[in-house]
Amino acid sequence: MRLVINKIVLFLSTLAAVLGLIFLFWILITLTVKGVAALNLHLFTNDLVNNGLRNLFVGQFILALIAVVLGVPIGMAAGIYLQEYSFNNKFASFIRNLSDVMMSAPSIVIGTFVYAVVVNPIGHMSGWAGAIALAILMLPIVVRTTDDMLGLVPKELREAGVAIGAPKYKVIFNIIIKAAKVGIMTGLLLAFARIIGETAPLLFTSGNSQYFTLNLNQEFPSLTVAIYNLATMPDKHLVEIAWAGAFILTVFVLIINLLGRYITKEKKR
Amino acid sequence: MEAIFKKLSALSATTILLILSAIFVVLFIYAKPAVSKYGIHFLVDPRWDVTVALNQNNTANNASNTKATDENVANNQDTVDNDNGINSDDSINTDDDMANSDDDAINSGPIGGDDSDVLAALGDNTQSKNTETIYGGLVPIVGTVLSTILAMFFAVPIAMGISIFLAEIAGPKLSKPVGMAIELLAAIPSIIYGMWGLFYFGPFISRIFGGSSVSLLVAGLVLGVMIIPFMSSLTRDSMNTTPDVLKESAYAMGATKFEVIKDVIFPYAKQGIIGSMILALGRALGETMAVAFVIGGVFTFPKTITDPTVSIPVVLANNFAESSGMSLSALFYLALVLFVLSFIVISFAKFYFLRDKK
Repeated sequence: MRLVINKIVLFLSTLAAVLGLIFLFWILITLTVKGVAALNLHLFTNDLVNNGLRNLFVGQFILALIAVVLGVPIGMAAGIYLQEYSFNNKFASFIRNLSDVMMSAPSIVIGTFVYAVVVNPIGHMSGWAGAIALAILMLPIVVRTTDDMLGLVPKELREAGVAIGAPKYKVIFNIIIKAAKVGIMTGLLLAFARIIGETAPLLFTSGNSQYFTLNLNQEFPSLTVAIYNLATMPDKHLVEIAWAGAFILTVFVLIINLLGRYITKEKKR
Repeated sequence: MEAIFKKLSALSATTILLILSAIFVVLFIYAKPAVSKYGIHFLVDPRWDVTVALNQNNTANNASNTKATDENVANNQDTVDNDNGINSDDSINTDDDMANSDDDAINSGPIGGDDSDVLAALGDNTQSKNTETIYGGLVPIVGTVLSTILAMFFAVPIAMGISIFLAEIAGPKLSKPVGMAIELLAAIPSIIYGMWGLFYFGPFISRIFGGSSVSLLVAGLVLGVMIIPFMSSLTRDSMNTTPDVLKESAYAMGATKFEVIKDVIFPYAKQGIIGSMILALGRALGETMAVAFVIGGVFTFPKTITDPTVSIPVVLANNFAESSGMSLSALFYLALVLFVLSFIVISFAKFYFLRDKK
């Protein structure tokens, strides 16, 4: 009897695993089929106004890049504080928990927050607002990564640095960060992959633009927002463009993720 | 230099605290008009953007009183019943789509009433000057909670199956690539899940269960599919923390695999497993894009599971850009509700279940 129950449970959980995988691969396959069918060179050389995606790719990339520039220094400094300066006091563990909570905060709420503090006072949507929203979203991820990676650096390295008389910030920058470089880089890559696929915080902060623009003071083109708008259009051709955009976005995100994994593996070897 | 850098890094750490509290404060300030007008009654009022007349026994700031408001509408419908024939159709036509979809909200709500009655009541009210627009958040709140519960019911068994399969059944040759595929799938942007739900999964579900291809059921299932990779990779990780020695000693006593999973691994990894489920729940709660495509976005209570409804993030995503004044304030109120809700859920998971990890 025990053996029969065992068999049944193992069978059921294998079945669940297969079912789950079927769903997930169903998504990937439809995405690939639809996306590849709609891909052509025209998409890369034209803007949205001419049924292309060029301005959207550039816009999304710029938004995410500015978010990195804004978010990474603050996040890394906070991570350094938690690991190197706080001596694990109560405040540090409080901030750590808070940052973890913030990591799971609904992204649309961050969008509404940025709308309230940036868009509303200025009076219109802008690229800066979108980048700020993404930076806030990214901040806790960077904090967590830096914190974890610096924690892996052996204590002896710190002691050696202090022993030769280096001030603490020099020890941190020249020894500890260098030792944890690969891990931090990987974490930043993954954080970048996370925010580049975000839609919700951009909907009413950066908005969307049909045209190619590099002016962050106006509404800014965003691939994800455009996919959302295009996919709900009745026009078949526009929906196809949305699929192509979704496919390229997914491939990009997956490549960054694989790259991150590859780097970690190389380091371990 | 040293002192400056130390101050700077401490300041950055404080930024996190500042941003989180700023989110709360700013949302509250913007929600203030709605909060002070509707009070806590906002949370149980099913009407959104519905115009009602102000009777003399019901003044503007009286909206927090449920009975008074309901009575007001009821009275109103009674009067409309009486002079139904007099009402002109023109007044109905002046209502936009928004108002039309809201008629359903009234219908399925506790207020009830005929379609024509409500339409007439609305038309009547727009004509009279003494009206106010009521915003209540019950429909999106219920939609959010229901879709999340559905997602959990769907995702938990499958995610448990996947993680048991990966941790215990499959050999390393199979579990490594499959586990990696699952982790990669967790990284796919949620908008992709939404598109798939809209074009493939929704029609598929409506063919099986009937009903429309955008519905509460589809939204819950798409959410479920979306959190499966997240949940199963976290659960597998906590299952893998079980020391091999414990498992081996159980096997040595003749336990079957199921008994080892049930009596050794689950008790050992219980906290991590429950914690990861709550984290996944928090993610489902605040998810916008996967749901926005497939939930329908109409302010009605779902009478059956295959009816379209709306959830808080979707309300925000669809209505935010066009709103101003009181409707904007009501949206901020909703955002505040969502923020507090997910904050509580996630902190609960962190402090009670995942505390030992760090």
